[in-house]
Amino acid sequence: MSFGQLTNVRRVFERRAGSGRRTEALVAIDDATLAFEQSELVSLLGPSGCGKTTLLRIMAGLIPKTSGSVQIRGEEVTGPHPDFGFVFQTPTLMPWRNVLDNVLFPMEILGRSGGGARQRALDLLKLSGLEGFHHARPHQLSGGMQQRVALCRALVHEPTLLLMDEPFGALDELTRMEMNDLLLQIRTRTRATVVFVTHSIAEAIYLSDQVLVFSRRPARIAERIVVDLPYPRSPETRFSARFAELSRTASRALGVLH
Amino acid sequence: MKKAIYPPLGIVLTLALWQWACVEFKIPTAALPTPGQVAVAGVQRWDLLLSEGWVTLKETLYGFGLALAFGIPIAVAVANSETLNLMFSPLLIALQSVPKVALAPILLVWLGTGIESKLAIAWLVAFFPIVVDTSAGLQSTPRELLELARSLRASRWQIFAKVQFPAALPFVVTGSKVAVTLAVIGAVIGEFIGSSEGLGYLLLSATSQINTPLAFAALFALAALGILAYLLIVAVEWMLTPWLPPSSERSH
Repeated sequence: MSFGQLTNVRRVFERRAGSGRRTEALVAIDDATLAFEQSELVSLLGPSGCGKTTLLRIMAGLIPKTSGSVQIRGEEVTGPHPDFGFVFQTPTLMPWRNVLDNVLFPMEILGRSGGGARQRALDLLKLSGLEGFHHARPHQLSGGMQQRVALCRALVHEPTLLLMDEPFGALDELTRMEMNDLLLQIRTRTRATVVFVTHSIAEAIYLSDQVLVFSRRPARIAERIVVDLPYPRSPETRFSARFAELSRTASRALGVLH
Repeated sequence: MKKAIYPPLGIVLTLALWQWACVEFKIPTAALPTPGQVAVAGVQRWDLLLSEGWVTLKETLYGFGLALAFGIPIAVAVANSETLNLMFSPLLIALQSVPKVALAPILLVWLGTGIESKLAIAWLVAFFPIVVDTSAGLQSTPRELLELARSLRASRWQIFAKVQFPAALPFVVTGSKVAVTLAVIGAVIGEFIGSSEGLGYLLLSATSQINTPLAFAALFALAALGILAYLLIVAVEWMLTPWLPPSSERSH
């Protein structure tokens, strides 16, 4: 039994058709079936609006599915679970708290503020290159730094599963590459399992063990690409022949190449 | 350097022009006193200005305080309950359009000419900006923060206290700046209509005795009071929301 298993997940939205009272069904996700193991990083790769964010939210228990099954660690996901961590595209830090208090927020809510919580937060910040910034306020940090704080916040409560929705999409290319390396480092240190939504082919291949390519809406998994690039990965990996091959496969699956 | 010199320079030039115009056009003191005469009247009766100013200040601050005490809980209730929102939002919006000062004579009939009626008027005019802005603030919490809290299974109280309310504070402060300024106006109008105390009353009584210099002095004192009340809110803003960059850098 896989760590994470989605079977025939389907999500249909009801939408008003024209000006009448009839509604029409909008199929956002048609038939998503996928599986991943613990400590894997699986990417959901697809064009904008293809439903991959919706699927991520369904996996998170934030929105309901119309049919199908989502199981994490053998348990069906029916609602939001404190055992998951989230990183969104915008850091959405709390401007009224300093960096450390932002990172500690999940621990506060879960009532686990005591003991090593503070030390764990400081360790995560140090790992992310933000040592010494714990008294800074979000507005004093750059976008990249804020996103790093958001990443620490998502990891502080030692989640089973990390869900990331185009977390580096708003950053410039150079910062994005730095963040990719940071994520790889964090995975090595924490053995976190990650589901990562992106529309960058290079990012998906660089980070993942498995890339699931989505078609346009309704979202269907067009192809599953196993990324057999060796670890540890570095910026050099992006220029290897195997990387290019995998990129070509993904591009074909996306319809960029024919 | 310019920033330090030009504003006072502007004021001095305006006063000088005023003084010159009064002399040059032989304007009677009863119509428009010179700045010098106003200053003299102010200094001579500074005790009166202070005591009446204190009354008006009390009316303003108490009225504003009441507006906060009632306005914030009502805004919280309406923002958090769809039912209450549907029931009372239209009402609040409709009542907003009623000029509260038009209610002043009625309030005087109900509450008499003491401080209570002025307080009530100040409260009424200050109430709506507080409710409206606080509501807007509570509904402006970024969606991802709410989702994050939900994913951690935060209780409603936790979400309110740790996420919604701090996010709403800047809006409450903005509403307060408007509210306190309106409270001054409300208090003064109440004094005009029926009172035996306060700067508004002093202004009316000085005018009726054709003591125009004193009336002008009272007017200046009122302006100072309004500025003082506003600065008080700015000070509170600085203490409560230190995370916001100075207003000049903000977009809203």
